[in-house]
Amino acid sequence: MAQLNNMSEKIVEVKKLAKQFGKLTAVEDVSFDVYRGDVFGFLGPNGAGKSTTIRAMLSLITPSAGEIFLFGRELHKNRSYILSKIGCIVEKPDFYKYLSAEKNLEIFARISGSTVSKSKIHEMIEFVGLKGREKDKVGHFSHGMKQRLGIAQTILHDPDLIILDEPNTGLDPQGSIDIRNLILQLKNERNKTILLSSHILSEIEIIANRMVIIAKGRSVVQGNVAELLNKQDLIVYFEVDQTEKARQIISQKSQATVIGDIENNVIQLQIAHQDIPQINHWLTENGVKVYGIDSKRKLEDYFLKLVGKDVLEKHV
Amino acid sequence: MFWKSTYNEFIKIAAKPRSYIGLAAITALVSVILFAMKVDGLAYISFITASFEQTLSFQGNVLNGNLMAFIILQTLIIQIPLLVALVTGDLVSGEADMGSLRMLATKPISRTQLLLSKFLAGNAYTLIILLWLGVMALGFGWLLFGSGDMMILKSNGLVILQSDDVLWRFLSGFVIAYLALVTIATLSITLSCFTDNSIGPIVTTMAIIILFTIIGTLDVPVFDSIRPLLFTTHMASWRSFFDDPVPKQDIINSVVVLVVHIVALLGIALFKFNKKDILS
Repeated sequence: MAQLNNMSEKIVEVKKLAKQFGKLTAVEDVSFDVYRGDVFGFLGPNGAGKSTTIRAMLSLITPSAGEIFLFGRELHKNRSYILSKIGCIVEKPDFYKYLSAEKNLEIFARISGSTVSKSKIHEMIEFVGLKGREKDKVGHFSHGMKQRLGIAQTILHDPDLIILDEPNTGLDPQGSIDIRNLILQLKNERNKTILLSSHILSEIEIIANRMVIIAKGRSVVQGNVAELLNKQDLIVYFEVDQTEKARQIISQKSQATVIGDIENNVIQLQIAHQDIPQINHWLTENGVKVYGIDSKRKLEDYFLKLVGKDVLEKHV
Repeated sequence: MFWKSTYNEFIKIAAKPRSYIGLAAITALVSVILFAMKVDGLAYISFITASFEQTLSFQGNVLNGNLMAFIILQTLIIQIPLLVALVTGDLVSGEADMGSLRMLATKPISRTQLLLSKFLAGNAYTLIILLWLGVMALGFGWLLFGSGDMMILKSNGLVILQSDDVLWRFLSGFVIAYLALVTIATLSITLSCFTDNSIGPIVTTMAIIILFTIIGTLDVPVFDSIRPLLFTTHMASWRSFFDDPVPKQDIINSVVVLVVHIVALLGIALFKFNKKDILS
């Protein structure tokens, strides 16, 4: 697996994790590290093994093989200590519908391993924007409100690590933005380490500083998001009327690598982001008509190959 | 953490509408029986004592609160397990079904403590159900029919107990009945650990009770050896306190069988719950 690391305190260390359910292999070989202060993207298509890995990290399931260390301690032997330092939402927050938001938080606060005051509960309710709704039964809440309450529940006991499994699933665009802003607030204002799973590359790109991509139960690449999504390294598609002439102009005037022609008069180049206008200018001034320009980062292309085109088209 | 979790479980049981079905059902059933007895009780007593009337003369308040309580308990003790299982069978699987078990299991409380807190809260609910039955049967029985000597028709004859010799028998009977209901609660909680379906453990608990009761009542020699080991055989042991003399050894046997069931079932539940992959 490709790896790019910065060096600080390692909070999560997953080594060669595997999990089988009968004959089904949900996770085959997943390894990654999360460092203190990271917003760590856990990226992969649906069914890649993200939730299974997270469940194993939270001792909801027993791994078939591999090791999990959190806060420098082995999970199985230090379960209570480790879980007292984690706040999480796995898949979606499922609260007691017949209880109010406040009562639900009280229930989870009592067994959080810390003393959580009523005022802290109210502070968290306000933090997630549910002030005024704390006495309402959760059964009357929208999905977005439950997600917000879920985030309140994760931070009640002031955990060091927050694990959020697909927190935007089922949310409308505004709801997704709200949750994203909450996550960024947790990172920036409360200095939390966050592990965020998603199948949407653009979501990870916006929020995370480091990430791992997993596919078919295996971790494929891990590292710094900015480096993995290197903006210097784009695949750019020019739709032109004369592909051969365009190819010659580009070869003469620039260092760009022409990867090849694809159908419908589109040529594919590997160039720097800032070179796009210059190449467009050279083409048009030499009489090549440019009908369209599209770009994709190499990792996006790579991710597309990993996860299948249909997934990316739906979400990116 | 254990006591905080147990407190949580009390709150959840208290807030669930289904928890009140049992109390409402007991109130309705006891009210119906008391009303019927108030209206037609004497005819009922005549019917029961008809075979003795040529040899015995009954004087005083035969149709009294003590007899009412005994009749009510005998009638309803079959239905009470269903009312108990309705809540206790849902304690684990209901949360798995709803998804909240996933959230509970990510908290720093051990699974053993989590299950034991549910067990304790479930047994507290069972006690409330039984106490309510006692209050309704004895309290309202005395209120409407007064006290008096108790006359019980048993298969081996007629037992007559002095009115001041009855209360301790009821209290002791309630303890044994509670032990039987705790066995039911433990069975349903154990079954609840094996599934993520809310209804399954409740239905399965009732199916087991029905099956064991049938095996227990079928007078077939092949079942003779297992009959004394079935918990259903001992569920009616509370009635032994109304024999004269009280068959102490039989009661001790029943207590042992019920406690062994509770311990064994709880052990199975703890083993399963600790090993369970929470996938809901």
